[in-house]
Parts: sequence; C-alpha cells; structure tokens
Amino acid sequence: VSIAWYLAVSAIVFCTGAFGVMTRRNPLVVLLCLELMLNGANLSLIAFSRMWGNGDGQVLAIIVMTVAACEVCIGLGMIVAIHRRRLPIDVDELRELQG
Amino acid sequence: MTTTYGWLVLAFPLLGTMVIGAGYRKLPGRSAGWIGTAAIGLAFLAALATLVSLQGHASDHRQLTSSLWNYASTAGIDAQMSILVDPLSVFMILIVTGVSTTIHLYSVSYLDQDKGFARYFAYLNFFVFSMLLLVLAGNFLLLIVGWAFVGAASYLLISFWYRRTTATQAGIKAFVINVVGDVGLVLGTYFLFKHTGTLDFLKAFKAAPNVFTSGEGDVTAGCLLLLVGAFAKSAQIPLHTWLPDAMEGPTPVSALIHAATMVTAGVYLIARMHPFFELAPAAQDVGAIIGCATLVIAATIALTQTDIKRVIAYSTMSQIGYMIMGVSVGAYAAGMFHLMTHAFFKALLFMGAGSIIGAMAGEQSLEKMKGFRKAMPFTFACFVIGGLALSGIPPFSGFFSKDEILLVTGERGGWHWALYAFGYLGAFMTAIYTFRMIFRAFYGDPVEQAKELEGGHPHHAAEPTNPATGEVEDTDVGFPGPTHAIAERALPMKVAMTILAIGAIGAGLVQIPEVDDVITKFLEPSFAGSTLYTVHTRDGLLVFGLILGTVLGLSGIAIAWRIWVKQPQVAVSARTRFKPLYTLFVNKWYFDELIDALVVKPAAASGRFASTTFERVFIDGAIVGGATSLVRAGSASVRAIQTGLLRYYAALVVLGVAALGLYFLLQT
Repeated sequence: VSIAWYLAVSAIVFCTGAFGVMTRRNPLVVLLCLELMLNGANLSLIAFSRMWGNGDGQVLAIIVMTVAACEVCIGLGMIVAIHRRRLPIDVDELRELQG
Repeated sequence: MTTTYGWLVLAFPLLGTMVIGAGYRKLPGRSAGWIGTAAIGLAFLAALATLVSLQGHASDHRQLTSSLWNYASTAGIDAQMSILVDPLSVFMILIVTGVSTTIHLYSVSYLDQDKGFARYFAYLNFFVFSMLLLVLAGNFLLLIVGWAFVGAASYLLISFWYRRTTATQAGIKAFVINVVGDVGLVLGTYFLFKHTGTLDFLKAFKAAPNVFTSGEGDVTAGCLLLLVGAFAKSAQIPLHTWLPDAMEGPTPVSALIHAATMVTAGVYLIARMHPFFELAPAAQDVGAIIGCATLVIAATIALTQTDIKRVIAYSTMSQIGYMIMGVSVGAYAAGMFHLMTHAFFKALLFMGAGSIIGAMAGEQSLEKMKGFRKAMPFTFACFVIGGLALSGIPPFSGFFSKDEILLVTGERGGWHWALYAFGYLGAFMTAIYTFRMIFRAFYGDPVEQAKELEGGHPHHAAEPTNPATGEVEDTDVGFPGPTHAIAERALPMKVAMTILAIGAIGAGLVQIPEVDDVITKFLEPSFAGSTLYTVHTRDGLLVFGLILGTVLGLSGIAIAWRIWVKQPQVAVSARTRFKPLYTLFVNKWYFDELIDALVVKPAAASGRFASTTFERVFIDGAIVGGATSLVRAGSASVRAIQTGLLRYYAALVVLGVAALGLYFLLQT
C-alpha cells in the first residue's frame, strides 16, 4: 500500500478533530476531538516510521500517547471541577480571559 | 627630605580632623581643642623644618616635587598625588599654619561652653588641611581639590551655629558663590591644559612660553577664568557679597577665613600662575583694575557700617584688593608680603573684636559700644596695634607692605598711576574707618556693659539673642554657647593675641626696602622665569611713597579723632550733607540688590516658569501624557482580539498553521 493512503487517512482524522475543536461547544467533545487530532498525527508518524524502516517514528508516537494521556487527565479533571462549581459545561460561556 | 616635611604639614591637620571627628563623643572636656591646636602646631613645626631644609638647597634647586601615587595616567593626563615645595608654597604654609595655631588656641577659650566644641575643632582642622592642600598642590588637579575643600569647609564653619537661619543662609551664599569660582578655575585649567598638555605645575610653567604667544586668545581666556576663581575665593567685586555675610560664623572662624585661609587663596593663585598671567597682559590688567576697584569700594563701605565685624570684613576685602592688585601688576613679593602682615594684624583685629563682642554678651553693633578702654586694657592695646598696622603707620607691619605694592604699581607707569593714586586714597580711608571703629568702641563714656566689667563682672544678657535679627535663642547645640569669653579673663586668648600683636608690630621689619628685602630674596626661586620680578629702581618714588603713606595714615587717624571723639556732631552733619553718598555706602553700593536683580531673580523666574508652564504643559502634557495615551490606544485595539472564546483561539491556531504550511508549500 502506498504511503499516500496512510497520509490521507491521517489527514482526514486530523481535520475531523480540528473541525470538531473549532465547532463543538461541549468541553468533553472538544477533548475527544483533540485526541482525534493527536491520533491523526500518530498515524502519519507510524506510517513514516514504516516507510523508513526504523523505530524513531514509533518512539515519537508513544511519547505523543503519553502526552495525550496526561492531557486527558488534566482536561477531564478540569471538566469535573467545572461541573462541581456548577458552571455551565460550555466552552463559549467560560470566557473570563476576555480582554 | 624637604618634601617629607611637606607631606607632614599636610598629615597633621588631616590626622587631627580624623581623630576629633571620630572621637567627638568620647573626647572629654577641652581635649578636642587641645588636640586640634596641637595638630596645627605640629604642622607649623613641620613647616619650619621644611623651610630650614629648603634653604639647604642651592637657590636654583628650590622647586621640589614629590608624588605619592598616580591618580590617572591615561590619554595624556598625568594626574598625580603630588606636592610642590618651593619658596612660595613654603611661605604660604608658614603663614597658614602659624596664624591658624594662634586662632586654634584662641578658640579653645572662645568656644569653651559651646555644645559643638569638638565638631568645631574637627571642622577647623579640616579647613586648615584644605588650605594647606591648596597651597602645596603640585598640579592643577590637587589645586582644584584643595580649592573645593576650602569652599566646603567655609560652608561648614560659617553655618556652624546651624539653628540660626541667618547663619545657614550665609553659609549657602558663601558656598554658591565659591562654586561659581570653582567653575571658573576648572574651565581656566582646561584652557591651559589644552595647550600645555600637562597638569603638573612645573612642566606646565616650563611649556607656557613655548606653546603660548603673549596675549593669545586661549591663554587670556584661561587666565580670565582663573581670575573668576580668584575673585570668588578672595571676595573681589562683584563676587564679594558672601564675605560680609560670612560674619555669621563664630569670630575665630572669621579670623581664620580672613587672615590665614580662604581669602588669600586668590592672591596665591595669581602669584602661582604668574607664568601664564605674564603671557596674558589683558588678564593682568583686569586683575589690577578689579583689585583697585575693590579696595576703594570696600573702604567706602567700611566707613559707614556699624557692625564691628562687618567693618573688619570690608577692611579685609579692601586689603585683599591691594594684594590682588599687587600680584596682578607683578609685585609678587610685595603682594605676598602684604598677605603675611595682613594675616597677623587682621587675625589680631578679629580676636580683639571677638573679645569686645564677648564683653557685650554677643552684641556686635558699634552704636551700642562705648568706652571699653578702661574695662579692657589688653584688648584695647591689641586693637590699637592692629589698627595702626592696618592704617600703615610706621614702624608697624602694614606700613612697609602696603607701600611696596603701591611703589611697584607706580613703577609700571602709564595708567598704573591711577591705580597708585586710588591705592593711597584707599589707605587714607583705611586709617579713617579703622580708627572710627576704635574710637567708637573704646572711647567716650563707658556703656553699662563696660561699667559692669570694670566692676569685675562680665555682662550677661538676660536672654541670648541673635545680633542680626534680635531673635531669642537657646544655648543648645547649633547655637552659641552661654559663656562670653574675654581676652582679659582667658589665658589662651591672651597668649594668642600677644603672639599676633608681636607679629603685627614686627613682621614688617623683615622687608624694609633697601635694607634687608628678606622676602624678595626668599621668594626669588619661585619667580625665576618672571620678567616682572625686579627689585625697584626709583628711590625717589620709594621715599615719596613712604612719606605719603605715613602722612595719609596719620591724617586719617586725626580726622577720625576729630569726628568721633572731639566733635561727635560732625558725623551727623556730614551724614546729612553727603546724603546720597552715605546712602550708597551704607547700602554697600547695592551690590546685593544688583546681583539679586541680575542673577537671583531671573534664575528664580525661569525656575518658576519651568515648574509651572514648561513642566505642566510640555513634560506632563505632551511627553508623559502623550506616551500614556499612545499606549492606551494601542492596547485598546489589541484588546479586541482577546475574546476569551476558546474555539476562536483554536481556529486562529489552525488558520495560522495552515497559512504557514501554505507558505512553505509555495516556497518549494
């Protein structure tokens, strides 16, 4: 299979994720979409790794997964905290940083 | 060896300052005063040793320099910590340390009960140290340092009684005018240094005839600026107004400023810089004319003043005018000789005045003094000796020195004859105002204070007051102490005044024209290259001058006797007949008002303009206000981007990355 196919799938997954991050308002879904973006990137890393026939890309992919796990921990923790404080579960409503 | 003694002369007063300054809380009783006196006394002994060992050198090897270390030797600047020991500087250190020793001794009694006793002696030693540094300096840099130190020390001592507003104001005035002089001195040094390329005196003097042509612009400008420095320090017109005000300091300080230190610095400066001044005849003429104007104007003011210390202060201005005129016309030895004799009799007069002020419990007005002759015989004798010397009556010291200055001035010929005539006019007035002071204070019916003193009890004021304003004062620190020292009752004062009285009588004998000429011969090595340093030639003029001086002095005394003792009503009628002149003199020729109108008022007005108009409108409004509103407008526009919407940020990131990707794609 040509590498182009892998890259095409990777790009589709990534764009889906990015689109979701930009359009969805539920933080839970935003987190999910972020995961999609990360995994899209992972897919292309592994595809390239296979193409070159060495493990560098795979190592990088594992690191990305680790980072993703941490990020999910923090993200979910924040969502729980938001929920506990009875704030709206909506990223558009959480805009205290407005200048 | 000679220079080692020179360094010792500097070291003792500095050590005294540090010991007294560091231990002013711990030193018991009068010990601070004795330490201070001993320090200056040791410096005097070291100065004598310098003199002796300098005389051991051959006469063409009497200019010795010694350097401790380099301040800076870079880019053509050779600033060293160096002293120059030559006859001129040795002559000066002998006068400074000798007269200062007696003044210290006098102060031990005079300030006995003052709360600032130790502080006073620390300042006094520092003052003497500064003056010694000034006269021993071997290069321009150290000269400027000493020059500025003297100004600072004078400020400290004039404002010594710092709770008196009059004293602090006088101190500030003295300091500010002296700084004007400092600026002149520094700028003048630049002009000279630019061409000679060295700060060292001897090298600069040697280079002077080679790099300057006579009357050239730069050397004239340099010398004129040096003259500004000399005029400010020596209280010459128009920078003299600080000197009468400086009378706010304790009386021994006035003696120190007027006799030994400070005001003689300008005379010394011109004598020291003679290789430059002789190349700048225009500057010499300015010095001579200003000196002559000062001696006449100051004498006229002294005729009308009623504050005893101010009369003596104006007389100092007048006498310094003679010296400035002398060293400016080339009468270096005569000028320095007059400096020496003046140091003796002026210090003596101030000490006498201090004694009378003590008897009057702080009162300084001649109007209130009368008939102290019987109550204070010793002070009276000293005052008369000082007065005779000041009036130039033979054989007292002032007679020889003043006439010699005028003799050399006359010998220059041409328009210098006008200076000669004005000099004798000044001498005539000197005799009148000196004896006016003596007759008013010592003759007539004794006032209450004098009677009390005759009865054995010195007068004490019910409440101590400031003689200038009449305000009631306490005797805590920063005010004069409660006691009033009188020479008749304090041995140290008596000793100091006796020494000076002997000097005032006998100091003139060292240089009797055509007989011994000690000072001319002694100072000759310092003026080796001078074209004007000649022994006088016109014997007829010499005899004429001596006789004229005597006649004028005696007739001045006679007039004073007639006006203020025999027929006191003459003074009143003369005052009304010469009303305009009297008003001019008693208001000191309106110099204070003139300077006020020309300098102080415009400066204050421009300051007010700057603070109200310029600062409000331009600084606050345009610069500060403009900058803040610019930042505010900028941040307001940037703030609009900061929406706080997460999805918006995400979209920005994505778009940014996409734009970057597109850019790189297009690049390849």
